[in-house]
Amino acid sequence: MSEPNQQISPAKLAWKRFKRNRAAIISAWFLIALLVAVVAWPMILKFGGTPFAQMHNPNEISDAQFNSPNAQHWFGTDLHGRDLFSRVLYGAQISLLVGIVGALVSFVIGVLWGAVAGYAGGRTDAILMRIVDVLYSLPTIIFVIVLFATVGEAMKQAHFVQNSPALEKSLRVILLFVGLGAVSWLTMARIVRGQVLSLRTRAFVEASRAMGAKPHWIIAKHIIPNIFGVAITYLALTMPAIILYESFLSFLGLGVQTPMASWGTLISDGVSQINPIRIYWWLIVFPGGILVATLLALNFLGDGLRDAWDIKNRS
Amino acid sequence: MPMYFVRRILFAIPLLLLISALAFALVHLAPGGPFDRERAPASPEIERHIRAKYHLDEPVWKQYLLYLGDLAHGDFGVSLKFRDHSVNDIIAQGLPVSMTLGGLAFCFAMIIGLPLGFWTAAKRGKWEDFAGSFFAILLVCIPAFVIAPILILIFSVKLQWLPVALWETPWHMILPPIALGLFFAGKIARIFREGMLQAAQSEFVTAARAKGLAEHTLLLKHATRIGILPVVSYAGPMLADLLTGSFVIESIFQIPGIGVFLVNSSLNRDYTVVVGLSLLYAMLLIGMNLAVDFVYTVLDPRVKYE
Repeated sequence: MSEPNQQISPAKLAWKRFKRNRAAIISAWFLIALLVAVVAWPMILKFGGTPFAQMHNPNEISDAQFNSPNAQHWFGTDLHGRDLFSRVLYGAQISLLVGIVGALVSFVIGVLWGAVAGYAGGRTDAILMRIVDVLYSLPTIIFVIVLFATVGEAMKQAHFVQNSPALEKSLRVILLFVGLGAVSWLTMARIVRGQVLSLRTRAFVEASRAMGAKPHWIIAKHIIPNIFGVAITYLALTMPAIILYESFLSFLGLGVQTPMASWGTLISDGVSQINPIRIYWWLIVFPGGILVATLLALNFLGDGLRDAWDIKNRS
Repeated sequence: MPMYFVRRILFAIPLLLLISALAFALVHLAPGGPFDRERAPASPEIERHIRAKYHLDEPVWKQYLLYLGDLAHGDFGVSLKFRDHSVNDIIAQGLPVSMTLGGLAFCFAMIIGLPLGFWTAAKRGKWEDFAGSFFAILLVCIPAFVIAPILILIFSVKLQWLPVALWETPWHMILPPIALGLFFAGKIARIFREGMLQAAQSEFVTAARAKGLAEHTLLLKHATRIGILPVVSYAGPMLADLLTGSFVIESIFQIPGIGVFLVNSSLNRDYTVVVGLSLLYAMLLIGMNLAVDFVYTVLDPRVKYE
């Protein structure tokens, strides 16, 4: 399996292919724009003058209840007259943060687990992969619900957080990082192991070993650069799954708690306002729409990366 | 080969034990108990009596062994919150509802997903493929808790064609399965398309084409049989997922299935209900995976288990 052009490195080749994928490029720009908006919006509020900042303060309760989208409130206002545009951007902080950090947690566990199993081989490999098989057959969603319900409730009652709401808030978010990362690493481990296993027997690795290279040299110089593409691709594909998990849990009331908001709690607030008389469509369409657009962009990005690194679909 | 399946079934027993132990440990080791939030604080003696009645004063490992003893007789225990209900009652009440909802959603997902997947594969590279594939990935990216309220706002509140919630007449049974099934429809379309494209490249299809078979017979009769395999392996766990109820859809439409029970019982520390429902779910999942492997041997003569 030799590359058609020996001068071009795999990463450059992948970048060339990626640039041609229009959906992936548009998605990347969308995600960058979203990130910039999420980071810049609090600063704009700070420097935008008092009336503007007050009107758009995501926690400022006002008389302007259930305003439909207009020039002042671009996404309308909610039950308490809070500006929905600001709330969606503030909710994005939690949703995106959990998605990124959770995916990184699953990335670290999965890559280490898979690389050790693949490189060590033999008995270690068999035991590590058997564990992955067993975990695969467990009902993840039940486990996540039970974990978050019990641990979350226990945290609420624990003494050391009762007089410090800030501590409880951050503990909740950390629980989301760790918990969601910890249930999402299985696919990554399997894929990395398969990759390492096949790399170990490839000619250039054998050649390097024959020339007297030590294992750490082989791992750093040959194994890691070659699993990089696969790992990055699955990192991009894990992120939407974790964002979805977080909003699902928050929707059920098990994730982040008020006054914190994520896209899941915003949609849940919108659902609780469904009534037969008035339709507050913006309460569902805007947070839901941003969530869908983000998931879509991440999926396109992941697919684009997979095509760019030319990863065959393996199960 | 029958030996293979016997071995798989035997392997499921330690797995179920492991799951029950995990669930048991998780609910019991977290601080707080089922009677912490009772309205009137009972006198210490009464509370002690209640705890003794449910063996909550014993060490956790002993409680677990007692639980396993009951389980061996098919008894999932008594709910600690709904005092006059056993877990068996809750399952008997909720499971048929969840299964109807899940079964309808499964049919809906197949009816939409399979033709969409076949069509996009047949039109590969044309604009129909791009439009259809985009639609499929869009469905995958719309969570049930976004599409369900939008469907309710359109069809129940605005047009007033369908009821907003509850689970009584057939009219109540239209929106929830659709909201639940759309995601899976998109998933199936994507998986089926991928499977068909791979099958179309395999040698037996080339051989059949060389013999002069018409292209549509080739796709429908020959490629489909192999192209459907990835869908089969996805459909098993998916069916287990759907049958045990969707937590979100049940809570939005106020459907009395077992999903709502699981969430509430976890919050309330209703130990027996949580462990019982987790076990039920795990049994369904393992059973479905076994069924998938069996169907595989029927569909693909190349697959052999030893």
